[in-house]
Amino acid sequence: MAQLSDQTCKIIDAWRAKFPKDQSRSAVLMALRTVQDELGHLSDESLHAVADYLDMPVAQVSEVVSFYSMYRRTPQGKHTLAICNSLSCHLCQAQSLLDHLKTRLGIEPGQTTADGQFTLKVTECLAACAGAPALLLDDQHYHESMTIESLDALIDTLSSSQGADND
Amino acid sequence: MIEHLNTVCYRFKSVENSWTLPVYLEHGGYAVWKEIVKTAPDPKDLIEVIKRSGLRGRGGAGFPTGLKWSFMDRNAPGPKYLICNSDEGEPGTFKDRQILTTNPHQLIEGMLIASYVMGLDVGYNFLRGEFALPFQRCESALAEARAAGLVGASILGSKLNIEIHNILGAGSYIVGEETAMIEALEGKRAYPRYKPPFPAVHGLYGQPTTVNNTETLASVPMILAQGADWFSGLGTEKSGGTKMFSVSGHVNNPGVFEIPLGTSFESLLALAGGLQEGRSCLVVIPGGTSMRVVPGAEMLTSEMSYEGMEAVGSAIGSGGLIVMDDRTDIAQALAVMMEFYQHESCGQCTPCREGSGWVSALTARLAQGLGKPGDIDRLYAIAKQIEGRTICAFGEAISWPVTSFIQHFRPQLEVGIASNESSENCT
Ligand SMILES: Cc1cc2nc3c(=O)[nH]c(=O)nc-3n(C[C@H](O)[C@H](O)[C@H](O)COP(=O)(O)O)c2cc1C
Repeated sequence: MAQLSDQTCKIIDAWRAKFPKDQSRSAVLMALRTVQDELGHLSDESLHAVADYLDMPVAQVSEVVSFYSMYRRTPQGKHTLAICNSLSCHLCQAQSLLDHLKTRLGIEPGQTTADGQFTLKVTECLAACAGAPALLLDDQHYHESMTIESLDALIDTLSSSQGADND
Repeated sequence: MIEHLNTVCYRFKSVENSWTLPVYLEHGGYAVWKEIVKTAPDPKDLIEVIKRSGLRGRGGAGFPTGLKWSFMDRNAPGPKYLICNSDEGEPGTFKDRQILTTNPHQLIEGMLIASYVMGLDVGYNFLRGEFALPFQRCESALAEARAAGLVGASILGSKLNIEIHNILGAGSYIVGEETAMIEALEGKRAYPRYKPPFPAVHGLYGQPTTVNNTETLASVPMILAQGADWFSGLGTEKSGGTKMFSVSGHVNNPGVFEIPLGTSFESLLALAGGLQEGRSCLVVIPGGTSMRVVPGAEMLTSEMSYEGMEAVGSAIGSGGLIVMDDRTDIAQALAVMMEFYQHESCGQCTPCREGSGWVSALTARLAQGLGKPGDIDRLYAIAKQIEGRTICAFGEAISWPVTSFIQHFRPQLEVGIASNESSENCT
């Protein structure tokens, strides 16, 4: 049975402390995210470990994982590029960005490049419509008012920091 | 020039480090809260002020805030909860992100005041999972406020205990529906609950709970500081105060503009830099993509108020205003919107789960020019069958854009019916 790391347990405990004592289940969303942040994705073992730690049936944990879109059940690229294609970004040519990425990376949305560097995604509205078209990097960094040029520059930077980054 | 631009929630738009406690204090922050802690006013009087101010829920439904607060039973046994809805997932809406990033202390102060008024013990500020920077700002603001004794146990040495926590979601549009958010906070799939019972009676952990939008709560300190008359006087008779509009789409200067309700659409469009040279306004979504669309010409003679938008058959909603100029491919725009709803339907209610798929498939084929004769009537009928038949208002959110687009732009949608099909079968 997989164990959660001490660091992960500490973070989960901090989340758990925000909820009433008898409601550890409330911490499951953030517990899963914490484990995913550490390990890159959520394996079956991780689901069991989280269930164990929060003392809830694993079925309840997996119900949560399959509902929310930020959880990943399989390993992904080192970086995730998510292009927003909701209406405002669509009106501002998000599709051409997506097409460019597909060509440059040689993959379709949902896929990862062979070298494991990039996963491409299409996402729903990011609440960044003033900066349409918008891109979300690694689930949390907003890049707004993207052009083909700024997109290329971003990919160049991310690629060149390959192996050498300890940020 | 619009008077009173960015005066309530967005007043720190260009103030440096506005998210820190020293700057907020410098601008009179927490003065209302300190006064309340010191003088312990009758909560009923504060509810009266909020009622008179005309403040209505800014999350989309526009429910009068003072009235909502009056539904809470202060004396109900056990803990009572406040939830601040910072999920901001409605396409075209990006104003709460600005509040969370530039003005987190005003939100915290609003949450504290709301908790005092309704006798609540714990407040959860629920941010969407992608909001990393806003979350950071809210966390550091909360830590500052706690260290200053403004939040937590025996606030400023009084007997008041109010705890506040920032919580992150995990990617889901439906979690923005208030009872779905309660389920998420309980660690479950975000399935909206049947109402009644309403959250005021049976909310988080079965306890009385009030859910308010970020902008609603962040407006409260300014209303109490400046008075109900000041706030209501900024707007119209039926729409008190100001409202943040997120303007995007085919405009030159997209952004968030906090304007007095009753401002003309034309002035708002001008603030957003107007349309590109030589373009005309074809259609506008005034309040997020879940609201009915309005032809540009009608918008240009309308004012941005609850009654003004009602008069053109739509609503203020979340204030997510999307402008589309005459280049817009209507069928494609509708298809993009419907792909969203299909993806985000939680699947709990059959009409929405199945209907969203049908609607998305039909609009996609119209957008590709592969529509079949009768598709538009079919689309209309399916949309109508979803409306009013689901647990939450997501059903309406699918139906309204579809039926209103058909109502106003049927000829443009008919272009999507494959020509060979229509000539063969339309006899
Ligand atoms: C599908 C759906 C999504 C919603 N998303 C949000 C949201 O992202 N933010 C929000 O404040 N309200 C959202 N709402 C409205 C909430 O259910 C609720 O009415 C609101 O948070 C109440 O706060 P208010 O009275 O201050 O507006 C949504 C409603 C529905 C039906």
